[in-house]
Amino acid sequence: MNILTLWFHKLGSPPTFYRIAGWLMPWCYGLALVTGVAGLYGGLVQAPADYQQGDAYRIIFIHVPSAWMGLFGYFFMAANAFVALVWRIKLSEVLAMASAPAGASFTFITLVTGSLWGKPMWGTWWTWDARLTSELVLLFLYLGVIGLYHAIEDRRQAARAAGFLALVGVVNVPIVHFSVNWWNTLHQGSTVRLFGPSSIVPSMLWPLLLMAIATHLWFFGTVLARTRTGLLEVDGGKDWVRRIVLADDAGPSAPAASERSHV
Amino acid sequence: MSDFLAMGGYGGYVWGSYAVFFIVLAIDALAPRAQRRRVLSELRGRLLRRRPRPTQVP
Repeated sequence: MNILTLWFHKLGSPPTFYRIAGWLMPWCYGLALVTGVAGLYGGLVQAPADYQQGDAYRIIFIHVPSAWMGLFGYFFMAANAFVALVWRIKLSEVLAMASAPAGASFTFITLVTGSLWGKPMWGTWWTWDARLTSELVLLFLYLGVIGLYHAIEDRRQAARAAGFLALVGVVNVPIVHFSVNWWNTLHQGSTVRLFGPSSIVPSMLWPLLLMAIATHLWFFGTVLARTRTGLLEVDGGKDWVRRIVLADDAGPSAPAASERSHV
Repeated sequence: MSDFLAMGGYGGYVWGSYAVFFIVLAIDALAPRAQRRRVLSELRGRLLRRRPRPTQVP
């Protein structure tokens, strides 16, 4: 084995990943807060009002990053589910199941903020058009994955079954993304493009991109937190988990550390 | 300041959206903490049941 595969194996081992995740997590949350505050300042204070939508457009700074995260989260979950099903890597199973609640949260935010934006701009809270319906299907897929995962007793079997459902549902991801091009819809098309010029002014673009970075970091923060707990669960009987459980025993409910040290 | 809060008459929609965003994400970050405590206490219970308490040994 070369160094890269060796490193990969080590990273994939639950105790190592548990430790690295514990170190990364506060950085994810901290940087998410910093970029989030900067992005919100740019979006709510610095950016000018839209010439058509006035100040209502400012919902974009949370709606669009959340929508991106809903899709990214699903992609991340499905990719990990694929690895878990093909190579039976325990860490991938846990990562896939850890990303479902985070992705579902962002999809829920997208739907609610979209509704709150639609009411003043379109005159309706909801319409059954392609973009909105496929986004709702995305939320239901997330909820289906979470529900199936919790319906099966054995953690690893549950992760594989739910991972399979996640893989089947991946067909919905391009439908959500391209729905505004494929069908006539009330929803506007994309204004930010990875390739080619974006049709949005820089003063509105940079807060949007900062918010996108912040939501990505927040997503990984909560995914790492859930992954740590998930790893403790699947490796429940292992030595490394036992050590962590016993060390945690020295917490508030256990005898004080000073009492122990002189025993 | 009141101009800022009014958001050109769309205050309810804009601030409502931001409230949903922050509340849902806060729950999303706090839920794993509660789950971690639950899993740890469950594992501790299983561990203590399996073997005698070390403190009972003189």
